[in-house]
Amino acid sequence: MGLEEKLPSGVLLSTVEGLAGYFRKASFWPATFGLACCAIEMMTFGAPRYDSGRFGMEVFRPSPRQADLMIVAGRVSQKMAPVLRQIYDQMPGPKWVLAMGVCASSGGMFNNYAIVQGVDHVVPVDMYLPGCPPRPEMLIDAIFKLRESIQNTQLGADRLAEIREEEQAVLAALPTSAQAGLMR
Amino acid sequence: MSADPYADTSESTSGQVFNVTGGDWDTISTDSLEGDRLVINMGPQHPSTHGVLRLILEIDGETVHDARAGIGYLHTGIEKNMEFRTWTQGVTFCTRMDYVAPFSNEAAYVGAVERLLGIEDQITERAQVIRVLMLELNRISSHLVAIATGGMEIGALTVMTCGFRDREEILKAFELITGLRMNHAYFRPGGVSQDLPDGTVGHLRDLVALLKKRLPEYAALCNANPIFKGRLKQVGRLDLAGVLALGITGPILRSTGLDWDLRVKQPYWGYDTYDFDVITRDEPDAYGRFMIRQLEMWESLRIVEQCIDRLESTQGQPVMIADRKIAWPAQLSVGSDGQGNSPEHIAHIMGESMEALIHHFKLVTEGFRVPAGQAYFAIESPKGEIACHAVSDGGTRPFRAHFRDPSFVNLQGVSAMSEGGMLSDVIVAVASIDPVMGGVDR
Amino acid sequence: MSDETQDGSHETRAELKKSDAVELEVVEVREGAFGVHGTGDTSGFGGLRRPVVMPGAATPPYGGWFDEVAERLTAGEGLADAIEKVVVHRGEITFFIRREVLRQAAQHLRDDAGLRFELLSGVSGVHYPGDTGRELHAVYHLLSMTHNRRIRLEVTCPEEDPQVPSVMGVYPTADWHERETWDMFGIRFEGHTHLTRILMPDDWPGHPQRKDYPLGGIDVEFKGGFIPAPDNRRSYS
Ligand code: SF4
Repeated sequence: MGLEEKLPSGVLLSTVEGLAGYFRKASFWPATFGLACCAIEMMTFGAPRYDSGRFGMEVFRPSPRQADLMIVAGRVSQKMAPVLRQIYDQMPGPKWVLAMGVCASSGGMFNNYAIVQGVDHVVPVDMYLPGCPPRPEMLIDAIFKLRESIQNTQLGADRLAEIREEEQAVLAALPTSAQAGLMR
Repeated sequence: MSADPYADTSESTSGQVFNVTGGDWDTISTDSLEGDRLVINMGPQHPSTHGVLRLILEIDGETVHDARAGIGYLHTGIEKNMEFRTWTQGVTFCTRMDYVAPFSNEAAYVGAVERLLGIEDQITERAQVIRVLMLELNRISSHLVAIATGGMEIGALTVMTCGFRDREEILKAFELITGLRMNHAYFRPGGVSQDLPDGTVGHLRDLVALLKKRLPEYAALCNANPIFKGRLKQVGRLDLAGVLALGITGPILRSTGLDWDLRVKQPYWGYDTYDFDVITRDEPDAYGRFMIRQLEMWESLRIVEQCIDRLESTQGQPVMIADRKIAWPAQLSVGSDGQGNSPEHIAHIMGESMEALIHHFKLVTEGFRVPAGQAYFAIESPKGEIACHAVSDGGTRPFRAHFRDPSFVNLQGVSAMSEGGMLSDVIVAVASIDPVMGGVDR
Repeated sequence: MSDETQDGSHETRAELKKSDAVELEVVEVREGAFGVHGTGDTSGFGGLRRPVVMPGAATPPYGGWFDEVAERLTAGEGLADAIEKVVVHRGEITFFIRREVLRQAAQHLRDDAGLRFELLSGVSGVHYPGDTGRELHAVYHLLSMTHNRRIRLEVTCPEEDPQVPSVMGVYPTADWHERETWDMFGIRFEGHTHLTRILMPDDWPGHPQRKDYPLGGIDVEFKGGFIPAPDNRRSYS
C-alpha cells in the first residue's frame, strides 16, 4: 500500500521487507470473530493458562477497522456469510484470515444446506487449523506458523509477482479427487 | 484508499438511512435529525452480544423504545443432519448445539432415545452416577462462562479471566474422563461410552477442593461491588407472569421466587436421591440471576461430592446396558497406541465367534433399531429446560429430533427486559439471560 | 430409574404402559433397502416392503391422571369432539386435536383449574410424507407446573393446505416456536402477527427440514477418495 509499490525490488527492499515483516508479525491484532464452539476455545486462548498476552496478542479488537487478523472460529452459516465478508472488507490491509476448526475450513461434519462448506468460499484464507474444536495449543501453533509466513512476506513488486505465482500454481494443481496413491 | 463501500447514506420510506461504520460519525449529527428516534443495528458481530446475536434497537437518546432480536446467524441444520446418521451418532451432532453445556444436550437426547427404546429402568447405577457427575460439573463450568462473559461485557475483565481460569480446571477433568475438552459425545443410548480412567476419583477430589477455594472469589469480587450492583440491580426485570407467558425457565424463572427445578420436580437418573437445595430469590433482575448462578455452583459442588462417594462404592460395575444389541461401543480400553479397542473384544470377534463378528458389524455399520413412536425427555440444563422430542419410524436413524433449547426460548425475553431501559442495560439484560447462540439457532 | 410417572403420583410407568398401542397405524410403506431400487440391486433386498407403523390410538381408560385430563379437556366449551384420537406410548400421552379448535383447546388447557397447563414448552413440526392428507404435524408440548404433568398435543394438516391456528394469543412464547416451525416446515400459523422466517435468511427458498427437501450437502473429495454427500450415500433405512 503506497510507497512500497513504487519502490524497485533489490537489496534495499529486502532489508525493509524483513523489518516490516518483523513489525507486522509482532503487532498482530485479531478481530473477535467468534461464531460457535471454536470461539469458546479462542476465548480460552486469551484467558489464563494459555494467555495470549505472552506474545502480545491479548488485545482482541472489537472493531474490524483496528484489526489485521480475522480468526474465523466456528461454523459459517449461509446467513452469516455476507456479514463475514463485510467485516473482512472493513479490515485495513494487509490482513490475514485464519480458519479455525474444521467447520470454518471445510464445513466439517455439517455437510448440509445451512453451512458454507469452508470459509474460503467467501474470503481468502491464509491458514487452516483442523480440529473440532482445535485445542488452544493448536491455535497458538497456527498463529506462530502464520507469523512465520508474515515475517517472510515480500513487499511491493515482489509481492505482486508472488501472488501471481501462487495463483498460477493453484490453477495448475491436480484436483484432490484426481490424485491417486496412498491416502495420507 | 477507496471510499468505503459500506459507509453510505441513503433515503428510505421511513427516513434517512446511515450506514456509518466508524470514522465518519460527524455525518450523522445533522440538525434535521434532532429529536428523532434512531433505529440502530447491533450485531451480529458485536463483542457484547454474547455471540452472533443481532439486536435491532429503536432508541430515543439513550432510552430503548423497542428491542428486537434477530437470530439464525448460526443455524447449522443439526436436527436435519441427525436424520441421516444412526441413533448413536446423533449424540455427536447434538453435543455441538449448546457448546457451553454439551452434556445437557447429550443427556436430553439419550434420555429421549432410551425412553423410546423402553430401557429407562435398565441404565446401570454407575452410568447414572457418572451422568449426574458430568452434568453437575458442566453446570458449574457453564455458570462460570455466564458470569465470565457477562462480566467481560460490562467491562469487568478480571471476572472474565477468573471465570475462564476456573473453567479450565473443570475442562481438565472432562478431558481426563472423556478424552475431549468440549463436544464430548460421551453419553450414549444405554449408558456412557467408557468407564472412568484410573485416578479419576483422586483428581475429582482435588478439583472440588480447588473450586471450594476459588468460588468465594467471585462473591468477594462482585457481590458488594458498588459498580457491579449499580449495573445489575433493577436491570432487566421480568416478573413471574411475564416469565411464564414467555416460557422462560432456569435461573431466570427461579429469580422470580418459583422453585421450579426439573431435577427435583421430575427427577431423572436418581436426582431424587441426592441431597441439594433449589436456589430461589425474590429479585427478578440481573443481579438476582447472577446470585442464583453463583449459589447454584455451590449446590452442584455438593452433588459432585456425593457422586464421588458413589463412584467409589460402585467401582467396577458396568457403565453400559447389558443388552448387547444396543450397547455400543461394545468395549473400549485405551491401547498402547492411544486408540481404544479392547484386545479381548477384537480377539473374540475375529478369532472365536462368527456370530459376534456379524453382530458387531451390524451394530457398527447399521446401528440398532428403535421402536416407532415419539418421546419428549426434558432435563434441567444450566439455562433451563432442555428437551429432546425424538420421533422414530422404527428405523436405525431418527425420523426427527427436535430440541427445545432453553436459550432459544429465554432469548424471547430480551424485548420485555430491555424496553424502556437505557442502551447500556440491554447488554446487561442479554448477559443475564445467558443465551448460547449455538443452542438458539441449532 | 424411578418407576414413577412424572407427576410423582403412585401409578407406575408400567401401569400406564398397559394401555400402550393397542391398535397400530400405518403411516407409510417403505420399499427396498440400502437406498437401492430396481435392477441395480443384487442383494435381493430390493423387494423388501416394510410398513412404518406408529403406535395407534388407545381406548379409555388411559390409566392414571390421563383420564382426568382427557375428561376435563372434552368438557370445555365447544370441545366435546375436539379430540381425534389419543395415543398413549412410553408413559406419555398425546392428544390429536382437530385443528379448527386448537386455539380453544389451548385456552381451556391453560385456564381450567383442573388442567392448568401454564407453560408451553415447545412447538415442533414433523413431516410424514407418507401420511396422505395429513402430512404435516405440529406438536405442542405442554407442562402444568401446578399439577406437575406433561401432555402433548398434535395437530395435523395436509401439505396443500398447511394451516394451523396460532396459539400465540394464549401462550406468547409460541411466537418464536411457530416462526421456527413455519421456517422449517412451512406450516402457516393463522393469527400469528408476524410469521416470518427466523433461522434461515429471509429470501431462502423452501422449508429445509421437510422430508422432501434434500439435506443439501456437497460431495467431499479427498486425495484418491470420493465421498458422496450424506443424503446420497447408501443407507440401511
Ligand atoms: S469445528 Fe467443531 S468445535 Fe469448531 S465450530 Fe465446528 S463443530 Fe464447533
